[in-house]
Amino acid sequence: MSETRNTDAVRLHRELDEIWHTPRGLQRLAAVNHTILGRRFIIAAFVFFSIGGILSMLIRAQLATPNTAFVGPEVYNQIFTMHGTVMMFLFAIPMFEGFAIYLLPKLLGARDLAFPRLTALGFYCYIFGGSILIVAMLAGVAPDSGWFMYTPLSSSAYTPGINADVWLLGITFVEISAISAAIEITVTILKMRAPGMSLDRMPIFAWYLLVTAGMMLIGFPPLILGSILLELERAFDLPFFDPTRGGDSLLWQHLFWLFGHPEVYIIFLPAAGAVSTIIPVFAQRELMGYRAVIVAIIAVAFLSFGLWVHHMFTVGIPHLALAFFSAASALVAIPTAVQIFAWLATLAHGRPRFDVPMLYIFGFLFVFVLGGLTGVMLAMVPFNWQVHDSYFVVAHLHYVLVGGFVFPMLAAAYYWLPHVTGRLTMHKISVPAFWLIFVGFNMTFFMMHLTGLRGMPRRVHTYPSGVGWDWLNLVSSIGGFILTMGFALILIDVILQFRFGKPYRRNPWGARTLEWAQPNPPPSYNFASLPLVDRRGDMLDPHEIGNELAAGNGYLGFTRNGWQETLGVDMTTGRPDQTIVLPNRTFLPLYTAIAIGTFVLCLLFKFYWLSLLPLAITLVLCLAWTKVTGLRHDHGELDIGNGMHAPPHYEADGPPSWWGMVFLLACNGTLYASLIFAVFFLWLVAPGWPPAELVKTGLVLPLMTAIAVIGAALLSRMAVAANARGGGALPLLLASAGAHVVTVGLLVYLIATALPEPTSHAYAATAFVTLAYTALHCALGIVFALFGAWRAMTGFVSARRSLDLRIGKLWHDYTALTGVVGIALILVMPLVVAIQGAGQ
Amino acid sequence: MATLWWIMFWGAALLFAMVGALYALAWWRPAMMARLSVGQWLVGGGLVMPIVVLTGLVTAAFVLGERLIARPLEDPPLRVYAQAHQWDWRFGYDDSGSTTRELHIPAGQPVDVVVTTADVIHSFWVPRLAGKIDAVPGHENVVRIEADRPGSYRGVCAEFCGNGHTTMRFTVVAHAPEDYDNARETAFAEASR
Repeated sequence: MSETRNTDAVRLHRELDEIWHTPRGLQRLAAVNHTILGRRFIIAAFVFFSIGGILSMLIRAQLATPNTAFVGPEVYNQIFTMHGTVMMFLFAIPMFEGFAIYLLPKLLGARDLAFPRLTALGFYCYIFGGSILIVAMLAGVAPDSGWFMYTPLSSSAYTPGINADVWLLGITFVEISAISAAIEITVTILKMRAPGMSLDRMPIFAWYLLVTAGMMLIGFPPLILGSILLELERAFDLPFFDPTRGGDSLLWQHLFWLFGHPEVYIIFLPAAGAVSTIIPVFAQRELMGYRAVIVAIIAVAFLSFGLWVHHMFTVGIPHLALAFFSAASALVAIPTAVQIFAWLATLAHGRPRFDVPMLYIFGFLFVFVLGGLTGVMLAMVPFNWQVHDSYFVVAHLHYVLVGGFVFPMLAAAYYWLPHVTGRLTMHKISVPAFWLIFVGFNMTFFMMHLTGLRGMPRRVHTYPSGVGWDWLNLVSSIGGFILTMGFALILIDVILQFRFGKPYRRNPWGARTLEWAQPNPPPSYNFASLPLVDRRGDMLDPHEIGNELAAGNGYLGFTRNGWQETLGVDMTTGRPDQTIVLPNRTFLPLYTAIAIGTFVLCLLFKFYWLSLLPLAITLVLCLAWTKVTGLRHDHGELDIGNGMHAPPHYEADGPPSWWGMVFLLACNGTLYASLIFAVFFLWLVAPGWPPAELVKTGLVLPLMTAIAVIGAALLSRMAVAANARGGGALPLLLASAGAHVVTVGLLVYLIATALPEPTSHAYAATAFVTLAYTALHCALGIVFALFGAWRAMTGFVSARRSLDLRIGKLWHDYTALTGVVGIALILVMPLVVAIQGAGQ
Repeated sequence: MATLWWIMFWGAALLFAMVGALYALAWWRPAMMARLSVGQWLVGGGLVMPIVVLTGLVTAAFVLGERLIARPLEDPPLRVYAQAHQWDWRFGYDDSGSTTRELHIPAGQPVDVVVTTADVIHSFWVPRLAGKIDAVPGHENVVRIEADRPGSYRGVCAEFCGNGHTTMRFTVVAHAPEDYDNARETAFAEASR
């Protein structure tokens, strides 16, 4: 019996690998497999980490002694700006994305992520965007206004060169990968878990990633909007941030920190998720207070959006707001304390066992708790006024970020590296490496608390001697070099493990989560068959499950039509409700990223008309993505093994792509809400209001526009309904496209005739952007409607296969909703502004 | 201010030692620590402890902040004007005359500094006299400073403002109230020379 089983397992492996594997050579560039791309993300992030590290070494070399003439301010400003930018945007976020991309499907019991080609696109956008920044630095034109790019210093008047454009365009390009990863993580966790893994059985790491991804969808849009507005100001002189024309530089600070504070938790939470996964394994006890921890991370997510103003305590904020944001900032310590005590309780109730990952967990607790304590101090306004923008803050943020991200990630690296390599590490180097990093880190940054308390401001390229900062800075610099040596040792350790590590059979740490139920290194298809999870996902027996799955005894333990199949489940209960057919490897993500990159470069070098060409190519390529998706006839319920059935996802109610669109629109909606916030903020706070000239339009034109945009949405809804009755969608879709054409025409006419000159005042500029936003969405609405019509004509749409039309419907509904809000705003604003004007 | 700092410093040291001790005990004396149930761990350490500490601290900081804030006084304090530009400070007074890089104030009484900027964001910071306040384009911000005794106090620009940020330093000179007018006249004369 076991003989046949083994041959079956081998045959199944061959068949699955034939479908899922990525060939060598040039084909590697077409890879969409999450294991490959996850590894790439992690390696690339480590390369950027090294670049950021070298920059920090230059900083410490410059500041080691007073009055150094090593580099002047022009170079130094680029160095510290790039250090912050690289570490935040090109290291921390992508590193976490890499971990999530590599681990998530394995942790959940799926064969890949929800949108494999999007993973590849995100990777190329990240690499190309990051490269633009690094090339600019090598060319000596790197951003130099600080990593938070405060206007007006970053405006064209004070940074006339290309430097600030490199930041705004390069980082926004990289953000494409952040947004796509966030959508991908959210949908994968909600829809692609193993059968039986209900929400309350998810491994805790998945909860952390879910909350983090949700925060990214809401946290990143304000920054993207801010970057677009600032780039519009720099390129076309639209005065959003210019106080002489109704703009306000504080708007940038609000948008930036509206992103920037959640960002800190976006970086911390995945790392805390790794901690919550690793501690139970070494305590040999499941995580204590599982539900309390889930509540705590959700609380952190909510609170983190209410604290951004604590980065702005010194800009002249009203008194009451100071008290509110101070208290809110202190409050966030509570859910963090819940997590820390859950970890302590897990250790206390288990039988703790020592190994290298636990060493880094110790480092994490030590450093992060200190960082948290100085964080509470900084939340106290009178103290904040004193040490804000001093080296005390530099010390605090490094304690939180290195303590809260780098140490846990090193623990995670030592914990999961055997999963990647299939080999075990040799202790000899990892322990001294830890102590070098731990001692070096504390030497460098503990001193900075004192330097800051002694009044040294941050971002100075040198300092006078004899004011009590000399020896502190020297100790910091020496510590920095010790820290670097530690990282170099880790790199050597990792290379040694790949080359000489000791192979092992399965589950070296005695973990109880699904990713260890695979052979290591993992096969291209992850699991030969998918498991049924009947208890909490961190209380499983990987050894037993692994054997069963390899023998094909789970779900989908076979191949069909050469499809890359995995299962989709009901969001809450984890009952299988669809067979997801994933797209195979393709060069399209690479080509699309090249097209977007060309577009970005055109903007960077101010070839605005030329930029329309790569933009059009991008659109065509995006349409080409759909060539291999969809089915031409109904398949009905498919066998998924173990006597169960589920339809292909094209015929299911809530397939991943539909949810993907929902989350994309949620993200887009946050961007739009940020824009509305900007309009009201400028009106209420900015100097130079009311504007001399208001929008002049009757009621007729805006009402016609509103009717047209609502009509487009209604027509698409009617098309979906008609399709469900068995046909007749085509004319309705064409009519919907026609309504969008009318809307675009009306909006262009409104912009051209009714708006004051957009460069004259921030009011006119925001009105212009609001209308242009709707026009852009209607233009894309034409594409969606015609795409639906084309799919209907080519046989991809039936009453059961209505996905293409329903995704379009989401878009049209969203466009109608935001369009009506925008038009109402354009109509109402002149009235309220006029009242304000009369009041003065 | 110093009081708040020392409260926070010792509080932080105590909490840090406590977490460290619990961690050490969980490793070396797990039997002892396991007597506390999970609920006790979470409610005690995660809720009760931080809520008590934070309530106390936030209240203390708020009360202290009330004293520091530039609220209207019965006897309106002297106003002086600090205008920042890349990369220097110009100080103005209610009467004619202005000084560069040196702000003259009377000692022993509160002074309101109205901080503005001619170009980018700067920040007015005299570590020994008060916290910092940003100079934001298009806005006027006020910070109240008070020098206990005559003397020179160093000030810096605390918000990164470009290539000259490092050297954008200034001095606040506090004079005995009876010398203040004369000292200022002398400074104006020097400035116009």
